Amino acid sequence: MITQPALAGYALQLGDDALVMAQRLGEWVSRAPELEEDVALANIALDLLGQARALLAYAGEMEGHGRTEDDLAYFRDEREFTNLQIAELACGDFGEAIARQLAFSGYQFELYQRLQDSRDETLAAVAAKAVKEVAYHRDHATQWTLRLGDGTEESHRRMQAGLTRVWPYTDEMFRTDPLGQALAADGRAVDAAELRPAWAEYVTAVLREATLTWPETAAAPGGGRQGLHTEQLGHLLAEMQYLARCHPGARW
Amino acid sequence: MTTRITDIRTVVGQVPDPEIPVLTIADLGILRDVQVGADGCIEVTVTPTYSGCPAMDTIDRDIADACARHGWPKVTVHRALSPAWTTDWITDEGKRKLMEFGIAPPAPRRAPGGRPVPVSLSVPCTQCGSPDTREISRFGSTACKALYVCNCCLEPFDYFKAL
Repeated sequence: MITQPALAGYALQLGDDALVMAQRLGEWVSRAPELEEDVALANIALDLLGQARALLAYAGEMEGHGRTEDDLAYFRDEREFTNLQIAELACGDFGEAIARQLAFSGYQFELYQRLQDSRDETLAAVAAKAVKEVAYHRDHATQWTLRLGDGTEESHRRMQAGLTRVWPYTDEMFRTDPLGQALAADGRAVDAAELRPAWAEYVTAVLREATLTWPETAAAPGGGRQGLHTEQLGHLLAEMQYLARCHPGARW
Repeated sequence: MTTRITDIRTVVGQVPDPEIPVLTIADLGILRDVQVGADGCIEVTVTPTYSGCPAMDTIDRDIADACARHGWPKVTVHRALSPAWTTDWITDEGKRKLMEFGIAPPAPRRAPGGRPVPVSLSVPCTQCGSPDTREISRFGSTACKALYVCNCCLEPFDYFKAL
């Protein structure tokens, strides 16, 4: 039986992925290798923030305790966040940023593409909107992966190093989660495990064309969906939540 | 005084987009519906261009202000995500205004009646019309635009990317 708390939990997972990733990408503004890239990464962050707002607002509504999107974003502690760990990793260099973008936008693309057929009207609407935006994010990451991988010796080395750094965290994206699985059985969510083959096929083709190698790394322990995080999430939340907690009720 | 729904639709439809003020929200295709409720409250439904479009709150306020100026103070603006907005909903008039404003209009995503979409080989320059242009960045000054430059007249310009 589908319960509203299950839907709230699922929307929170996807919303937290988008929110944390948006916050990380925002850190690139003024630090990207060129001005256009500052703008591009900020644009991608903005799309993700929009998706996060819709998902967190829906999670709050399904939860039924009157929490708003802002309450959920600013007044939950680290252990209450259910994002995938790949989203919270510190920025690293531009090679790492692009490696993460390739992995994460590729995951979101496969997810939203399937979720737009959800029987849940809100999730379907958010996904149908988001999949078009994420297609641009994935293309952006793909173009950079090709440019860096098949570029100079140094750009190739750093892109490959970025992949090696990020890859242990990709396994978690495709682990079946009890919430997602239960809702998927009812046609309302997508079982994350289903996304892996299509994702791997796309990424493999990009890496091959970019003359890069699929990193043979062991999977990180994961646990983001259960609220277990790397030390890096706490720092991110401290910055993101500082103003709202110092000045409760502030509007901006 | 009786207010005809067509008048209200016209007033709401003429609200300019805050980021591309040459376009009205009707030109942009984000105005979904205008109704008058039993209590006389105007119910407007709009859809965002992008999930994170920062102009949405301003658009809500501008709609309420426009109605208030015409003596209709009770307005509620609803957001609808589905069906997702597409650049195909920008009217022909809207595309003409974009071009005039210096933003290349989006290529069609779906031809009416399911006919094949004519493939555009390039985005023509909004200054000199040359087809010899190149993309500088897929992401521009707002979420809905990409940055281009003309190889012929060397002027940079925005392209409203197809979504």
